[in-house]
Amino acid sequence: MTLSLEHFLTVAMLLFSVGLIISLSKRNAIGILMGVELMLNAVNLALITFARFGESEMSISGHAFVAFVITVAAAEAAVALALVISVYRTRGTIEVDQLSLLRF
Amino acid sequence: MTGFGVSVAFWVLSVLTLASAGGVMASRNLIHAVLFLIVVFLGVSGFFVLLSADFLAMAQVIIYVGAISVLILFAIVLTPRAERDNSETVMVLPAIFLGISLMAIMLFVLYDANWSVTATEPSLSAAVLGSSLLSVWVLPFELASVLLTAALVGSIMLVRSPSDEEGDLA
Repeated sequence: MTLSLEHFLTVAMLLFSVGLIISLSKRNAIGILMGVELMLNAVNLALITFARFGESEMSISGHAFVAFVITVAAAEAAVALALVISVYRTRGTIEVDQLSLLRF
Repeated sequence: MTGFGVSVAFWVLSVLTLASAGGVMASRNLIHAVLFLIVVFLGVSGFFVLLSADFLAMAQVIIYVGAISVLILFAIVLTPRAERDNSETVMVLPAIFLGISLMAIMLFVLYDANWSVTATEPSLSAAVLGSSLLSVWVLPFELASVLLTAALVGSIMLVRSPSDEEGDLA
């Protein structure tokens, strides 16, 4: 059988939806971060799929964009986990439904 | 993209990746969730190899599997044992509803749109990626290094304890 753009994009979309559900529903801040990482991976997969199958004069731009997304994701993970540890020090918990100091 | 081996690899990778993503959602222990997350990262790097993105597959393994998952494990270990359950808030049903609706919309658009697909495989080697990063994308490339430095300094500043900061002015 022939693998096409639709096959890979379907996997990317399913992965994105699972990541969205995880990041919206988890109680633990680290669990939310894992959902965000899943969504970033799904987006990378979609970009690489378009770079491989899409009609373009400069397909390698998709790969360059994925390289930047990986860089920003690494920076985001480092800062977000530092924030989690900082919040744990001051509040004693990282469960997001108990961090309601700013809630109306 | 034809061939029996490629098809088998695609289906095995799809099942592995999506089942492990479900495992991240379903496992009750955060450590198990991180282990499932590592399998997802490896599966996505397998897809990168299938799509002839060799360099990015290697970068995915080194950065995501090697660095980010270790970082997440460290954050879990630095927070107490009681916090290691991976349960959901009351928003789980709206979240599932939203996720499934978004998936339905995206799948509809995907199979409805008329994608202009290339007939020949484009040249996507690591050499082409390197020369494009240092010619067309050189400004974002330099900005990425500034961003990494800022993130490094920022996360170190964020996790310093108050007793460390007292010695700053001396």
